[in-house]
Amino acid sequence: MAPRAIPTSEPHMETSQKPTVETIAAISTAGGAGAIGIVRMSGPQAVPIAKQVFRPIRGGADRVGAESHRLLYGHIVGAAGEYVDEVLLAVMRAPATYTREDVVEVHCHGGPAAQRAVLAILLQKGARPAEPGEFTKRAFLNGRIDLTQAESVSSVIRARTTTALRAAVRQLEGGLGDRLRDLRRQLVSVLAELEAGIDFSEEDIDDLDREGLASRVARVCRQLEGLLATAFTARALEEGVRTAIVGRPNVGKSSLLNALLMRERAIVSEIPGTTRDTIEETLECGGILLRLVDTAGLREGRDHVEVLGIERSRAALDSADLILAVFDAAEGLSGEDRHLLDGVDPARTILVANKIDLVPTRGDGLAGGEAAWWGKSGRLSRGDGANSADSPEDLGELSQFAPPILVSATTGHGIDELRDAVSQLVLEGKDLDLEEPLLATERQRRLTEEAHRHGEQTVRALEEGLPDELVSEDLRAAIVALGAITGESIVPDLIDEIFTRFCIGK
Amino acid sequence: MEAALASARMGRRTALVTLSIDKIALMPCNPAVGGVGKGQLTREIDALGGEQGRNIDKSYIQIKMLNTSKGPAVRALRAQADKRLYEDSMKVVLAATPNLEIVEGEVVGVDVSRETVRGLWLNDGRYLATRTFVLASGTFLRGKVIVGGCSYPAGRVGELPATHLSRSLEEAGIVLGRFQSATPPRVDGRTIDRGKMIVQPGEELPAGFSHWQTPAPRAQLLCYLTYTSATTHQTVSEHLYLSPLKSGTVSGKGPRYCPSIDRKIINFPEKDRHPVFVEPEGATTHEVYLQGLTTSLPVHVQELIISATPGLERARLIRPGYAVEYDYLIPEQLTLWLESKTVSGLFSAGQVNGTSGYEEAAAQGLIAGINAALAARGEEPFILGRDQAYIGVLIDDLVTKGVDEPYRMFTSRAEYRLLLRHDNADERLAEFGQRLGLLEPAQLRAVENRRNQVAELQAFLESTTLRDDAQLNSELETMGTSPISEPQTAAQLLRRPQVALPDLLRMLEATGHSTGRYDEKVLEQVEIRARYDGYIQRQLSEIRRQRATEHRAIPPGFSYDSIEGITVEARDKLTRLRPATLGQASRIAGVSPADISVLLLHLHRADSEAAGISATVSRP
Repeated sequence: MAPRAIPTSEPHMETSQKPTVETIAAISTAGGAGAIGIVRMSGPQAVPIAKQVFRPIRGGADRVGAESHRLLYGHIVGAAGEYVDEVLLAVMRAPATYTREDVVEVHCHGGPAAQRAVLAILLQKGARPAEPGEFTKRAFLNGRIDLTQAESVSSVIRARTTTALRAAVRQLEGGLGDRLRDLRRQLVSVLAELEAGIDFSEEDIDDLDREGLASRVARVCRQLEGLLATAFTARALEEGVRTAIVGRPNVGKSSLLNALLMRERAIVSEIPGTTRDTIEETLECGGILLRLVDTAGLREGRDHVEVLGIERSRAALDSADLILAVFDAAEGLSGEDRHLLDGVDPARTILVANKIDLVPTRGDGLAGGEAAWWGKSGRLSRGDGANSADSPEDLGELSQFAPPILVSATTGHGIDELRDAVSQLVLEGKDLDLEEPLLATERQRRLTEEAHRHGEQTVRALEEGLPDELVSEDLRAAIVALGAITGESIVPDLIDEIFTRFCIGK
Repeated sequence: MEAALASARMGRRTALVTLSIDKIALMPCNPAVGGVGKGQLTREIDALGGEQGRNIDKSYIQIKMLNTSKGPAVRALRAQADKRLYEDSMKVVLAATPNLEIVEGEVVGVDVSRETVRGLWLNDGRYLATRTFVLASGTFLRGKVIVGGCSYPAGRVGELPATHLSRSLEEAGIVLGRFQSATPPRVDGRTIDRGKMIVQPGEELPAGFSHWQTPAPRAQLLCYLTYTSATTHQTVSEHLYLSPLKSGTVSGKGPRYCPSIDRKIINFPEKDRHPVFVEPEGATTHEVYLQGLTTSLPVHVQELIISATPGLERARLIRPGYAVEYDYLIPEQLTLWLESKTVSGLFSAGQVNGTSGYEEAAAQGLIAGINAALAARGEEPFILGRDQAYIGVLIDDLVTKGVDEPYRMFTSRAEYRLLLRHDNADERLAEFGQRLGLLEPAQLRAVENRRNQVAELQAFLESTTLRDDAQLNSELETMGTSPISEPQTAAQLLRRPQVALPDLLRMLEATGHSTGRYDEKVLEQVEIRARYDGYIQRQLSEIRRQRATEHRAIPPGFSYDSIEGITVEARDKLTRLRPATLGQASRIAGVSPADISVLLLHLHRADSEAAGISATVSRP
């Protein structure tokens, strides 16, 4: 919206002096040794501090900050005047900076020691260590980035897998905000037609084309559905997928976990139960963060499993988004396995036939990718199709499950295929298109769902011939919900839209 | 006028100071009251005990109900006034009001000391001592009239402007801005060819604007509709270089919803015609208003434009159209009760607050008058919320969002539009009117009686069950709705849009229920509530949800500097505008929902700290 015509010279309305903003500093290059490390500082004291600690090769300290966006070559000096590091210093004056505050970057030698030394000096001179994401938080608070971008910032900071990080960075660039603003604009344009008809009914405005309006709103609804479908993926990326690894005792669940983790863990400790209090295990699998539920259950000693195993597995199954159901490839599906799979959602389940290395083969060994299918006995067969006479119908309920992934936790055979299967299932078969916006937070998902619900209701109201004022009511609710995500309010937009589109006026 | 009447009726000694007694209640632009959004305002003014509704009921020459097919909440009355009669009947009321004195003269200065109003200086040397003052200067503050290439100081054509008051206000710390408005030419009704136009008749309606009287229906005049032609457009285009819009003579910002014909042709070149409503200005004048041909082009061009329009070929111009530019007070400087935040006792209302329209002006006048009277008595201000009245929406919009063009009410500005209906203004507001002393107890009793009858009829319909019955079902089918097979309550049936309440009552009578007799207003209320129940409940729960935040007071001296986590822009705006409540804060442009959440958190914290302290103090 256009700024209001309030003269700033008016004494009573003068903004009071700015609150004291602290100056923050942090090492802003990722840990590890690069050729150059950057220590960044933002805030009103950034330039004065830089003047105290930087000695340019040519000229005096007053060169610091004299020109914005210019690199100076020189040294950072310690309390006793000693050279700490040879650096390039960049001073960027507000507001053309990431935080819209004065920003100073010290490009020093790579390696943690040099960077830490430089940071320590800045802190000594009055900067305070920045909290995670604080630079971006300031960018948001100073109006540099919008709300969806700001929300992505926290995703960036919390990202625990590279995939999640890439997705979050993409959101940060504004993908979601752009998409939602566009959808919202489409709804506002429909509302403008309705409202122009109501508020300017005496004017020369064409009659409403209700069908046309309904189909425009319906189109937006379809797109919202598309976005909502991303919410699970987004949550999977952001928070991880609740995963249960279940199966009878001794089918190799723990070794499978280790194989996925690709390292020895205490899980297969010789002393059962010693790690069972670990609340949660996470692992990255095919770019997706898996959050294992009931890992203690995985480690139950055999004696306990006989008592608790099935019930506990049951509970784990109910709360999981992803189920890895492990059975012994050599033994096939036992009655107990089938009992466990009873009532499990096949769409969320991957059957894992472990210990494939123990299954006798005919011929060409354990190369991956062999044909596999269910036999009548539930026993897995491999090879040239000896049991091909068995038809899928014989499998009953089990035919809804995808064929099992054949793995050997011991040899590592099939683990890659398992990873692919996990990522396939979580991303619903689609390639993870990180260029597409994702609903990253629960708040965004809830509001999008609300917008969708009201959008559908609007379509119904238009079709059922409800009065315009009621149609408008639902449409408004949808727009308000989307606006809550993007931070836009309805009335000014609506009125602008009406005046741009219709010749109103008597 | 509304301000003066309200204050006098509330028992305060009141002086109405005007530049010209003869011009009181003059309608300088379209002599009409009401319309969508505005009509609701007039009903609310009436429901509170104001005068506008009654006055137009006494003086209309045509009346209509608009938007009848679009739903009860956006329905509104619009009436064409007999301009002269409207003025005269208002003057009669003013003259008959005790405590009210009319003073002719120009106010040249406000006497302010220690940020408080002490009195007013008039140009003839008189001094009026007063503690409160309502500024309702319309377009007169440093007014400038513009027609074609010439412009001269005037409040309206032929009237002197108020030239000194602006300076005095600025000296008191009030910030002024500049707006512009315009009016179309008037032609002689005897020289127009109505045969080429479409007739626009009025409607026989059971009631007018006022809740408190049912005046005898008045004889109505016809209005007409014609359209501009290609020649009209060509004429305008050819002379655009003479338009004050182009030459820059008009510097103030004008309203987008009331563009001149010049502006319409510039902005919508693809439209090949624009409507022109041809409306008589009264029963005793030949003057006809050409709604749609607003312009401040030179007079000879106005004549060309008129004669290029079908039906107006031989029309004789009586009064040329013109633009007027004037000072307005930046309304963010006002409180929700329309008092200046800088000068106590200084209230303002109407066009000077950046609005347009008689209805918007009257609504503010009423509220400013009431609050000036309350302030003089040392009582708490009277504020209407956005969920109570369009008046509340209007004032809240003005003082929190400000204006960047003259503000006009639209129903789309009201988020609780379904509750703020034309038909329930009295139920919403009469109680306030009575408490303020603007309505008689009997008037409020009538409203309460109706409310009870509505409740009674609703209860009856809820508790009465209709069984499947051949006669009933065939009637339902005739109405175009499905028959019933299971027993249903009458209230359930009424939710069907096809079932009208009078028919339903008749069917109930036919099946042996005794329904009692209710007047039309009661039936209307019951019907609307049944049909809109779901939506109304949703808005009510939304209001309850909002109220907690909405009315959460922000202490006057609250320092936004100490708050971490709100954007810099929000901090600046909040510091400058000093909103009284969190709700108000949330409507300031540049303050986001995230800022409000942070603010709420801080207010909570401040509260619990305060609570902690008082708890310690009260312990022995």
